[in-house]
Amino acid sequence: MTYLSKPKMHHPDLKANALGFTRRDYEGPVSTLCAGCGHDSISAAIIRACYQLNLQPHRIAKMSGIGCSSKTPSYFLGASHGFNSVHGRMPSVLTGANIANRDLIYLGVSGDGDSASIGLGQFAHSIRRGVNMTYIVENNGVYGLTKGQFSATADKGAKNRRGVPNMDEPIDMVSMALQLGATYVGRSFSGDKDQLVPLIEGALMHKGAAFIDCISPCVAFNNHEGSTKSFDYVREHNEAVNRMDVITGRLPITADYAPGEMELVRQHDGTYLKLKKIATDYDPTDRVAVMNYLQEHKARGEIVTGLLYVDSDADDLHGYLNSVDAPFNTLSDADLVPGAAALAKLNASLR
Amino acid sequence: MNAIDKIQPLSTVPALQAVNEFVVKFANVNGSGSASANQLFAKAILRMGVPVTPRNIFPSNIQGLPTWYEMRVSEAGHMGARDGTDLMVAMNPQTWDEDIASIMPGGYLFYDSTKPMPASKFRDDINVIGVPLTAITNAAYTQSRERQLFKNIIYVGVLAALLDMDVKAIEGLLADQFRGRDKLIAANHQALRLGYDYALANLQCPIGLRFRPSDQVGDRIFLEGNAASALGALYGGATVCAWYPITPSSSLAEAFMKYCAKYRVDSDTKKNRFGIVQAEDELSSIGMVIGAGWNGARAFTATSGPGISLMQEFIGLAYFAEIPAVIFDVQRAGPSTGMPTRNQQCDILSCAYASHGDTKHVLLFPEDPAECFDFGADAMDLADRLQTPIFVLLDLDIGMNERLCRPLTWDDNRKLDRGKVMMAEDLIAGRVFGRYLDVDGDGIPYRTYPGTHPTKGAYFTRGTSRDEYARYTEDGAAYQRNMDRLVKKFETAKAMVPAPIRRDAAVATRLGAIYYGSTAPAMLEAAEILAGRGIHLDLMRVRGFPFAAAVGDFVAAHDKVFVVEQNRDAQLRTLLINEEEFNPKQLAKVLHYDGSPITARFIAETIAGLIG
Repeated sequence: MTYLSKPKMHHPDLKANALGFTRRDYEGPVSTLCAGCGHDSISAAIIRACYQLNLQPHRIAKMSGIGCSSKTPSYFLGASHGFNSVHGRMPSVLTGANIANRDLIYLGVSGDGDSASIGLGQFAHSIRRGVNMTYIVENNGVYGLTKGQFSATADKGAKNRRGVPNMDEPIDMVSMALQLGATYVGRSFSGDKDQLVPLIEGALMHKGAAFIDCISPCVAFNNHEGSTKSFDYVREHNEAVNRMDVITGRLPITADYAPGEMELVRQHDGTYLKLKKIATDYDPTDRVAVMNYLQEHKARGEIVTGLLYVDSDADDLHGYLNSVDAPFNTLSDADLVPGAAALAKLNASLR
Repeated sequence: MNAIDKIQPLSTVPALQAVNEFVVKFANVNGSGSASANQLFAKAILRMGVPVTPRNIFPSNIQGLPTWYEMRVSEAGHMGARDGTDLMVAMNPQTWDEDIASIMPGGYLFYDSTKPMPASKFRDDINVIGVPLTAITNAAYTQSRERQLFKNIIYVGVLAALLDMDVKAIEGLLADQFRGRDKLIAANHQALRLGYDYALANLQCPIGLRFRPSDQVGDRIFLEGNAASALGALYGGATVCAWYPITPSSSLAEAFMKYCAKYRVDSDTKKNRFGIVQAEDELSSIGMVIGAGWNGARAFTATSGPGISLMQEFIGLAYFAEIPAVIFDVQRAGPSTGMPTRNQQCDILSCAYASHGDTKHVLLFPEDPAECFDFGADAMDLADRLQTPIFVLLDLDIGMNERLCRPLTWDDNRKLDRGKVMMAEDLIAGRVFGRYLDVDGDGIPYRTYPGTHPTKGAYFTRGTSRDEYARYTEDGAAYQRNMDRLVKKFETAKAMVPAPIRRDAAVATRLGAIYYGSTAPAMLEAAEILAGRGIHLDLMRVRGFPFAAAVGDFVAAHDKVFVVEQNRDAQLRTLLINEEEFNPKQLAKVLHYDGSPITARFIAETIAGLIG
């Protein structure tokens, strides 16, 4: 099986969103990943997020590198252009695409091998440039396509399937993203759809570099006793700091939570992130406090999840480049070519 | 009064006599501010209507090491480098011995005589002109920065008197250069006069080398190839530049910034119709270019050999996934760091076959800044039309040196050719879209820009094999069909790249020479020298790869063809033999690869030697 498209027939009862699209319109061909793979759950969450946000599928560009996670863009958003690029290099391709056309929504999907090892540099630099994108790392701690070697996010002491422990320090991409200036940072778990879907929605609506580390157990090579990226381990050690809803359009009057338990964050485009605080002392707008909190809880062996940090006033690369509002690929010859008269003047200055 | 006599005995050979045909070389210390004074001198010569070709010779260093500025003055129009120096301006004690040694017998040495040099440090077959430059400067200026800068202007003044130059032309240039800063103009004029008047009063002026006003510059302009390439990219509609600093290409991206700031800022919103990113490395810069090209913007990077090595994997992706990209490679001596500030044409093969797997890429070889402009703009069209990476292969010699060339031209009727792009209306009209479907029989498929239509025209771009409709497949037949179509597309490119230029000898001959890029001026001069000795050569300047049919005709029409190149391994010759299946015995190697620009004398001597 190399390519299996799904039947185009829709169930007549499938609900359409405000644009008239059903969930099926956001799907792609059948996944070729292993049955039970966490990555397929993330694909499903992306599909749901795009459906719920009423995004036009063709206005999304899905970009990836190489690896199991990077294969997944084939399996969702079949009506979107996709680009499965080179190992570890999705961020640069996405950056260039974004510069060329600022009007599309950029979704970068990568893995821990793709982004924490070979692509660590490109990950870092795309974040610090403030590229307007949603950058999801489907983090399973192993190389799946090459059959189970440790990746750079594998925890020290975590054991592979043969019981051999990893002796290298892990790279924590969330901490890196925070340090490098990401303006929306979340961590979630592929097994927690309720947490993950709104986190992706918020990221897609965020202006600036949004990063989500999504732990996604590898059922084939990293779901055993001794692994710190297995379903059981993550469920046991998951410490959510908040739960989130994304509200588009008019803000409803809500009395869901007692004062002090709920926080509303208005994003650039007018959407709201409604946060129900679980850790009451947690402030997701204070970058330094967030970094401290994460370090402290990591030392206790906890996997902190939720919307970890957000800067709702963030600017993006186009702001720094001061680029025109029109996508570059729509600029006319007159916009681009100074013409013969300007050249004659220039010639005169070069004599 | 003869100051030359007063300092050193007269030369034992007759002093060189020449008007508008000689080489002046300045030996300076890097970072001493000499570059602008030397450039001023060159421009003054051009203002007199005398063609001059300057070359910066500099080490990989910022401050303190030796640097040279060599000027070939040639009313006859010879622009290639020439061996030997007729007038050495020796301002760097560090390189004294080698500088003295490079002076032609009967030539001239101009030096700072403030501190006496022992007689053993001179030659008895050259003419020595000592001027106490430091003493003059220190008497006139008190601040150390002033002393450093004005010393350079003072020696320009001395040279103007020695070489019978129009000092008013230099004053005019200084006034242009510092327009609006009157104090600076006055100070520079004063320094210039200080040197000029000293020379007239104390030295025998002029010496045997002299300038005479001429009309040989004409309407030509004086420009670096890197700047011209940047302008070409701009006129070709490039909006995205992603680059990583590397000598000798950095000034190309920097020139693009400068010209974009001048020509591409929206006058109403003050916003930019361009995006320039200094990437973290060359992998990232080519990645951004490919991302932008995929999205329908014209994008380029500028780099040199080491950058090409780093970009290999991405270049293969762009070839296979068929994404437009333009790469300016300003070549320098390799391999590895090699001689990073020295000249070579050594990336021909690594660009022609860049990446793993079976690949072939389009290469363009500009000979001078004017062609850098033309090819820079053409490359943008070619990349879109062929949906593939296009390499523009400059080298340090034309990239980083100002060169006299024909004025840049642009036809206002020219439209940017964006190639085969299927728009929303095409899709709505029901045109069949297969991203890798060869509907026209030229190997070039149609593409869509991302976001074109809600339900039609989307496709998945990948470096893995796929069928004509961009669907992943490992079917061997589909893979092979695709690879064969890419060859067909390369064949189509033959008629699109700049055609070779043939220049036949005055008399019929069975000898030919093929050359390209910065070798051109030395090759033309060499052909003249050889013709003078009765050896006649038909010439063909190759300007693009894949090779046009005319290249095959040229080789077939000659018994022996000399392939003149600036690399060790005869890379263009290898490409000719490999792609055109020429008989290797028919193609003789003429190879210059010591890092200096090739000279006419080298080519002439080598060819004469090969003929025997």
